[in-house]
Amino acid sequence: MQRKSLFLRFSAGFGFLFLYAPIIALIIYSFNKSKLVTVWGGWSLKWYSELFQNDQIIDAALLSLKIAFISATVAVVLGTMAGYVLSRFGPFRGKMIFSGWITAPLVMPEVITGLSLLLLFVALEGMFGWPSGRGTGTIIIAHVTFCMAYVAVIVQARLSSMDETLEEAAMDLGAKPSSLFFLVTLPLIAPAIISGWLLSFTLSLDDLVIASFVSGPGNSTLPMVIFSKVRLGVTPEVNALATIMIAIVAIGVIAAMFQMRRQARLLAKLD
Amino acid sequence: MTSSQPIDTQNATATANSNVPLWKQQDAEPFLKIENITKKFGEFTAVDNISLDIYKNELFCLLGGSGSGKSTLLRMLAGFESPTSGRILIDGVDMAGVQPWKRPVNMMFQSYALFPHLSVADNVAFGLKREGASKHEVKKRVAEMLDMVQLGHLGKRKPHQLSGGQRQRVALARSLVKRPKLLLLDEPLGALDKKLREETQFELINIQEELGVTFVVVTHDQEEAMTLSTRIGVMNHGVIVQTDEPHDVYEYPNSRFVAEFIGSVNLFEGKVVEDQPAHVRIDSAEAGGTLFVNHGISCAPEQIVHVALRPEKIKISHNRPDQTENCIQGVIEEIAYMGSLSVFKVRLPSGKEVRVTQPNFTRHMGERFTWEDKVFLSWDEDSSVVLTS
Repeated sequence: MQRKSLFLRFSAGFGFLFLYAPIIALIIYSFNKSKLVTVWGGWSLKWYSELFQNDQIIDAALLSLKIAFISATVAVVLGTMAGYVLSRFGPFRGKMIFSGWITAPLVMPEVITGLSLLLLFVALEGMFGWPSGRGTGTIIIAHVTFCMAYVAVIVQARLSSMDETLEEAAMDLGAKPSSLFFLVTLPLIAPAIISGWLLSFTLSLDDLVIASFVSGPGNSTLPMVIFSKVRLGVTPEVNALATIMIAIVAIGVIAAMFQMRRQARLLAKLD
Repeated sequence: MTSSQPIDTQNATATANSNVPLWKQQDAEPFLKIENITKKFGEFTAVDNISLDIYKNELFCLLGGSGSGKSTLLRMLAGFESPTSGRILIDGVDMAGVQPWKRPVNMMFQSYALFPHLSVADNVAFGLKREGASKHEVKKRVAEMLDMVQLGHLGKRKPHQLSGGQRQRVALARSLVKRPKLLLLDEPLGALDKKLREETQFELINIQEELGVTFVVVTHDQEEAMTLSTRIGVMNHGVIVQTDEPHDVYEYPNSRFVAEFIGSVNLFEGKVVEDQPAHVRIDSAEAGGTLFVNHGISCAPEQIVHVALRPEKIKISHNRPDQTENCIQGVIEEIAYMGSLSVFKVRLPSGKEVRVTQPNFTRHMGERFTWEDKVFLSWDEDSSVVLTS
C-alpha cells in the first residue's frame, strides 16, 4: 500500500469535518436533557417523546412524506418518458429546446420556479377555476415539475450508455416496441429509475422555498413548520426530528448505493 | 428500374441437376432477392444499387472492409434500416414496410446482445414467448436448442457468468430457436480467439446443414469467409465487386481490389503485346520481361493491365529452371519461417518486391535459401490471372 501524503489526509479529514460536524452536533444535542438548545444538560430521550406528542410536527411530517412519495412517483414516470424521448427518438424538430427546457429547473433559482408556479396557479384558477386554492395538490405539481428534470437527466444518461443492439435484438425476436420497453429497456434502466425516485423523494422532502410559494393555509410541510419554529426559537424537538430524518435518509442512501454497486458490477462483468 | 446487374454464373447449366448448386441453375428461384437496393445517409451512399440473389440453404458471406456497406445491407435485411430505393424479397414476399418483429428473419449480433437481466434459458425463450408458444413448447424447444449448442447444463446462468465462446453459442441458439427462414450473422466469430474461431466455424457449418436455414454472414475476415461460405460477395464502397464461390474468388479475382483483399498477391503492371483467344503476352517492365498467360481476355490492344500471381504459385530455385517463359530473376531480401511454410521477399532488378511462399515439405528443406541469394522465380502459364480493372 502506498502511503497517502499528509496533505491528502488533511484534505480528507477537513472535508469530512466540514460536512459532518454540524450533523453530529445536531444528533448529540437531540439527546440533550436541557430545555435550552445551546446548553448541555446530560443525556435524555425526552425530546423524542415530546416530538411524538406534538401533533403539528407529526402532521407536517406525514404530509411531507405523502407529498414526497406522490411527487417522486409521478416525476419518475414523466421523467423516464422525457429521458427516453431524448435518447431514443433521434433528432426531431425542437429537440434542443426540449432538452434545454427539461433541464432548466436544475439551474433555475428556486425562488423563480416557486414564484412562476404560483403565478401560473393563480392565473389558472382565475381562468378555469382550477386549482381552487393552493394546498397539497399544488405542492405536488410543483415538486413533480422540478423532480422530473432530475429523473430525465439520470434516465437519459443510463439509456445513452446502454447497448442499443439489445433493443434491436428484442425487436428481431418478435417484440413490438410497446412490449420491448417493459421487457428489456425498463429492467435495464431500473437502477437509474430507482435512484431517480430516491433523489426526487429527498428533494421533495427537503424543499422549503417552492413549497412556501405554492402551499395554502393549513398545508404546511415539515420544512415549513421547522423553519417557522426556528424563527420563534429552536426547540430541542426539532433536533430530535432532524436526527430521525437523517437516520432514515442514511439508510435509504446506503441501500441505494449497495443496489447501484451490485448493478454496476453486473454490467461491468458483461462488458 | 429494370437494369439489374447480371450475376456471375460461370458454366451455368440449364439442367436442374441436384448436384449442381442452385446458383448455377438458370431457372432456380432465389430465396432472398435483393433488387437495386440503395441506402443513403444524407449525402453519403452506404449501399449503392446492389442486386443479389441468394438461394435456399446457402451460406452466403458478405465480405468487405469497414465502411464497405456490408453491415448496412444486413441491417436492411433485418428491417432496422429501410432502403432509400429498391426491393428486398424474402421467399417471394416483398419486405417493404414489414417491421423487424414481423420478418421471418433472425439476427445474431456482433456484440451478441444477450439480455443481461435474463438467464441463458430465458434469453433463448424470449423469441418463443413473443410468438405466444405454450409453456410446454417453449421449455421443450429451449432445451433442444441449448443441447444443440452444448449448453444444456448452463440454462440457469446469467450471460455475465459465461465465457466468450459460450455467449456466442447462446446468441446462436437464441437466433435459431424461432426457426427463421433466414439467419443473419454479423461478424459471428469476431470476438473469439483464434482456436475457438476455428472450432466454431465448423460447428456453424454443421448447424447450418442440419437445420437447412439460409445464412447470410457479414465479415471482414477473409479466412472466415473462405472457410464458411458457399459463395462470397466481396463488397467495396457500397457495391458488390464480385460474387463467386470461395475457390473462384481466390483463383479468379475479377479486379485488383478483390485480388488484393483476399489473400496476398503479387501484381505486375504491363502492356498487352499479343492478344490471342487462348493466350496473351504481356510486356511488364516491373517483372522485367514478358509474361505469358494461357487465357484470353477482352481488352483493347496495348491496354495497360495487371497480372496477378499468388505467392504460393511461384517456384523458387537457385538454378535456372528449364522453362523459357514466366521466369524471372531476383535477390532474396527477407525470409520469414512460419512453421508450415516459409515466406520469401524477393527484390527484382526493377525494384519490385515479390512475395513467395513455399511449403516446408520435409523437416530439412531440400534446398537452403538465405539472405542475398540470387534466385530464379518461375510459375506455370495457368497460374496467373490478367486483371483489366
